Amino acid sequence: MNNKFDLFDILIGNEKDIDFNHKPVIIQGITGSFGSTHTKLMKEYGTNIVAGVTPGKGGMSFEGIPVYNAVSDAVKETKAKISGIFVPAPFFLNAAKEAIDSGIKLLVAIPEHVPITDSLKVLEYAKKNNARMIGPNTPGIIIPETIKVGIMPAKPFVGGSTVVFSRSGTLMYEVSHMLTQAGYGQRLCLGIGGDPINGTNLLEVFDLIREREDIDSVVVVGEIGGDAEEKLSEYIISSQFDKPVVAYVAGRAAPKEKKMGHAGAIVYGNYGSAESKILNYSRAGVPVAKRPIEVPDLLKIKLKK
Amino acid sequence: MNLLEFQGKELLSSYGIKIPRSYLAYKVEDAIVGAKKIGYPIVLKSQLQVGGRGKAGAILKCNTEEELIKKFQELLTKEVNGELPKCILVEEMADIKKEFYLSFFLNRGKRCYSVIASSEGGVEIENVENKVIIDIQNEGITPELVSDITDKIELKGNERKEFSEFIIKLSKLILEKEAELAEINPLALIGNGAFEALDAKIILDDNALFRHEDLKKYEQLSPLETQAKENGFSFVELDGDIAIIGNGAGLVMSTLDMVTDAGGKAGAFLDFGGRATTESIYQALKVISKVSKVKAILVNLYGGIVRTDLVAQAILNAYNDNTIKVPVFARITGANSDRAREMLKESKAKLYNTVEQAINSAVSY
Repeated sequence: MNNKFDLFDILIGNEKDIDFNHKPVIIQGITGSFGSTHTKLMKEYGTNIVAGVTPGKGGMSFEGIPVYNAVSDAVKETKAKISGIFVPAPFFLNAAKEAIDSGIKLLVAIPEHVPITDSLKVLEYAKKNNARMIGPNTPGIIIPETIKVGIMPAKPFVGGSTVVFSRSGTLMYEVSHMLTQAGYGQRLCLGIGGDPINGTNLLEVFDLIREREDIDSVVVVGEIGGDAEEKLSEYIISSQFDKPVVAYVAGRAAPKEKKMGHAGAIVYGNYGSAESKILNYSRAGVPVAKRPIEVPDLLKIKLKK
Repeated sequence: MNLLEFQGKELLSSYGIKIPRSYLAYKVEDAIVGAKKIGYPIVLKSQLQVGGRGKAGAILKCNTEEELIKKFQELLTKEVNGELPKCILVEEMADIKKEFYLSFFLNRGKRCYSVIASSEGGVEIENVENKVIIDIQNEGITPELVSDITDKIELKGNERKEFSEFIIKLSKLILEKEAELAEINPLALIGNGAFEALDAKIILDDNALFRHEDLKKYEQLSPLETQAKENGFSFVELDGDIAIIGNGAGLVMSTLDMVTDAGGKAGAFLDFGGRATTESIYQALKVISKVSKVKAILVNLYGGIVRTDLVAQAILNAYNDNTIKVPVFARITGANSDRAREMLKESKAKLYNTVEQAINSAVSY
């Protein structure tokens, strides 16, 4: 784990920066249908998208954004440290390596269906080069009212002091929307990703926010599969994490040994089961909502204590 | 993708790993021929995706042809955890001197591959105290780690050499074929001093199949699963009568939980992913319409960027051309939901503001 990595510094910087709250972002795969749709929406939201990359389409422009053939060219021109990667899964490994080689420090890996060995390779490469990957198979990351790099709709999110970490896209929108309606705005919402391997896992995102004074609580939207929630429970206990944490776990009624939509949402025996996660959470004093709508109520109780 | 034992063994064999002599039989006649070639006694093994075959009595020893005929029929009709075998493996009885355990698996928590080895094989590894777990690099296992493993399970001489080779071959397989798991239990030391894989549990990464032409033959999808896959949907057929459709795996899972809590039984899980269009939702309804037991369709759609009137149009189209006849209970939020409501007013579809309302109506229907 790289302790020097500061997510907020990369995403928004600090008051002394001339581009404070306006950090440059590039989009890999900007001319694809998915990439172009969301580039428009991110730009509308206020994200400072300064360049796009599509091999063979260099010299073009999209929505006034210059397109380059190579990430290195885009980075040279713009000094961007953040890349939203929208390329199809088979091209992800090379796109991610190219980004890291070019000096990108935060890779937001949107594609679903990336092979596991490719994720492992990118993860290793990122670590060596002091870069961080969010995802793959993530909706992305949003600091409400400031920057979004990803495919989430704008409407559910409003600025505030809680944080949402989610293994699922739509549930992140749903739960954030419910929090917003209940008066709990968010300082940060981040999709961990629905794959078995996450570039930045739950423990690491907790480390990224634990010292921040502008964050007063954490909501974790989890699901069956793997042991991320179990490890998080241990972490909360052993590191004496002191911000209130509330959780939700999807997939209690899912059958075993079936992939429930996400590559990572699969239970083998008791490994990855909802019961195991809920049990471990309870040991760490984390209340688990039975339905998404209960999350704001549980948070309210936790915050009062 | 979960390989059947005989498929896993075929893969092991292609890496030079020894497996017992065997023949695959779909009919009892094939089993008789195979058993004759091997020579009695033989073992019949149901080929199933689910675990726990041994305990469930789906692995049977036969000493005579008469016994084989009787037991073969018995196995063909024997369900294990709701699964019936499509075929049965006729295998020679191994002359076992000692049973070991070896597996390579994707360690999700540590984000690497790990290897587990033990000198106690043939039982569930979760119940074994005496085992070695070692993490390995993305490039594969090193000679030092191999030596470390064989030290810890206290192997010497020729056995150590043979076991080391076994580890290296399996390590090569898991990385080259991009498997999530390759488990050999038991891995047996047999009479002649060789190590043989008596069982094989291999799970391949579906997402890596595009670059493994040779592995595509193992993909066994039902016609409905194929149809769903071609449309980019995630689809799981279940036992109940309410089909659940939504955008996003987590959202559909959470809907499944709530339906179950409300006393309903889900008959299908379908996530049509992030790009909802009139056509994709129409195709999702088309897949669902072929699930026989379904009496109601529950749609849980978090709108966001999706225009809900396009969703309503898909439902209307599916009713108009008789693709679906059962009622749709839909929770749709997002842009243009008033217009969506207006469009579906005359149809068998009902729109709700909350998922709880939609579920209650679907369950009590």
